[in-house]
Amino acid sequence: MKKQLLLACLALLPLNALAQTPEEKGLAIAVEADKRNTGWKDQSADLTMILKNRHGQSTERAIRTKSMEVENDGDKSMSIFDSPRDVQGTAFLSFTHATTADDQWLYLPALKRVKRIASNNKSGPFMGSEFAYEDLSSQEVEKFTYKWLRDEQYEGKDAFVIERIPTYEYSGYTKQIAWIDKDIYQPLKIEFYDRKDSLLKTLTSHEYKQYLDKYWRASRMEMVNHQTNKSTTLRWSNYKFSNGFTDRDFDRNSLKRVR
Amino acid sequence: MRPYLIAIAIVALSPLPAQSHEFRGNVAVEYRQFFEDASYDDQFNNNVSLSAQPEYFHQWDNGDQLIAFTPYVRIDQHDEERTHFDIRELTWLGVYHFGELRLGIRKVFWGVTESQHLVDIVNQTDLVENLDGEDKLGQPMINAALIQDWGTVDLFVLPGFRERTFAGKHGRPRNQFVVDKDLTEYESSEEQQHIDFAARYFHYIGAWEFGISHFNGTSRDPNLSPTINAQGEIVLKPFYPLINQTSLDVQAIISNWLLKLEAISRGGQDKDYGRYAAATGGFEYTIVGIFQSIADLGIISEYLYDERGGDADPGTFMASPFQNDLMLGARLAFNDVQSTEVLAGLIVDLDHGDRFYNLEAERRLGDAWKLSLEARIFTHIHPANPLYDIRKDDYAQLNVEWFF
Repeated sequence: MKKQLLLACLALLPLNALAQTPEEKGLAIAVEADKRNTGWKDQSADLTMILKNRHGQSTERAIRTKSMEVENDGDKSMSIFDSPRDVQGTAFLSFTHATTADDQWLYLPALKRVKRIASNNKSGPFMGSEFAYEDLSSQEVEKFTYKWLRDEQYEGKDAFVIERIPTYEYSGYTKQIAWIDKDIYQPLKIEFYDRKDSLLKTLTSHEYKQYLDKYWRASRMEMVNHQTNKSTTLRWSNYKFSNGFTDRDFDRNSLKRVR
Repeated sequence: MRPYLIAIAIVALSPLPAQSHEFRGNVAVEYRQFFEDASYDDQFNNNVSLSAQPEYFHQWDNGDQLIAFTPYVRIDQHDEERTHFDIRELTWLGVYHFGELRLGIRKVFWGVTESQHLVDIVNQTDLVENLDGEDKLGQPMINAALIQDWGTVDLFVLPGFRERTFAGKHGRPRNQFVVDKDLTEYESSEEQQHIDFAARYFHYIGAWEFGISHFNGTSRDPNLSPTINAQGEIVLKPFYPLINQTSLDVQAIISNWLLKLEAISRGGQDKDYGRYAAATGGFEYTIVGIFQSIADLGIISEYLYDERGGDADPGTFMASPFQNDLMLGARLAFNDVQSTEVLAGLIVDLDHGDRFYNLEAERRLGDAWKLSLEARIFTHIHPANPLYDIRKDDYAQLNVEWFF
């Protein structure tokens, strides 16, 4: 009898999977994306930020970034500005947390002062760009609630289309719609909807490359603001993994010694 | 002389940099216009000043060791005391598993409040640079920082005292009588060779950050008393007493509120009055994306208190002008590509109604230039206020900086 019951249960399993609600499916996609992007330990990369105004005039920013995975919590990351030159040596330290507000500090080299950034500033623009602080923070599963909408092709690639609603306080968005590549579980496109639920920005990620035979990183990201017609391009280069970073590289003191 | 010995030792000890020399810095022109005719002879109504601050540094050992050298020079049109040279930084730093070791001349900042910096005590104020006292002279030090999960402990040995800089005869703003540094006296018989000590514990727990600090040594604040110098002129004689200062600084971020408090208890500064307490506390409330824009508006208010009130030693000119004062201000950050920011503030004396207005604005021009505007205005200054001598020194200043 017992054996038969077990068999019956097994037979029901795939049915169960099919009976997944759109919310469960959305969450499952996010969990899988997170799982595939876990274990990289630490990374560093160079970032060029190109800010374009509505007339097409552009300005460049050069930033060095390093980050480290933290077990059971969000990542630690540091961004160091090399240009514009008046902010050279300015450093931004962020401890992302899955469920509570991120801790963020900014070091101002001219004043030799470390300034704590209020978490309600998350929706504010990062360095005059079209990226908000929250767009650049690490993507923890717990930061959103999810809903799978449909599967569709995006630029010739099979993608899941999911809706994610920020659960954290002070988000500037009511929702995001993300096109997730079914092969690599990375976003191809994300639409951001503002507090009035109208389309504010679209982010597209391009030229994904695989590192350490496992982790996918985009080489170029384009953020377009539909309400201001301004845009920001991020160009990522020099990805390096296994740098051996420790907590010492991401403490408040380390802000003061980056140059 | 001791700072320079340390400097030489650092240069001699550092391995010859193999790669990654970095050289950067800035050059600036400042124009200052006073609105009223000068109160004292030898002063001028406008002034041009040039400054340069190059910076060299080298990092090696995977960034775990660093040397940095930042000299500073200012050449002033009128004030021979404002024309000066300083080594802001000449330091070696090593990172270890327990924390950091630092040796050399550096600048350290402690504190959280906007209107004044009571807790910040390690470096001497380079007062000729700016009335706000935020510019500091490089301080020679040996500093160990123990960085642990339960907080950071910073221990400082501070050899080599730096005297405060004061405006000269042609300088403006300045006190009625010029400070004569030839007459400087110290409580310690070792004078500038006295070794000061400081310790600080800093930690943050969630939204709260706090620091507890103690300083033991020669005060950075001189007591100034009028006297007659060898030339028969009335001048101010600086006296640097030995003090003990214990302080607390706390900051909390609670949604849109930034709550701030600095409090000190200082003994030794005022021998007649004895130990006294002073504090600054208040908030900054930020409205993110004001008027549906990307700009942030911060509303700032702080209360400034000094226990001595009007009782400070009448012989001293450096008693606090902020004994029972209220600061109100606003900070507007445009969050634009040029990082435009404006800070406007007012400090009102609640006893006598003296008012000190302050405006600071800055904006980047292109990629390597920065334009700053600053204005300071004094009104209703009561004769008992230490700012009385500079009541006619309202000015606006334009600063253009080029970064290389």
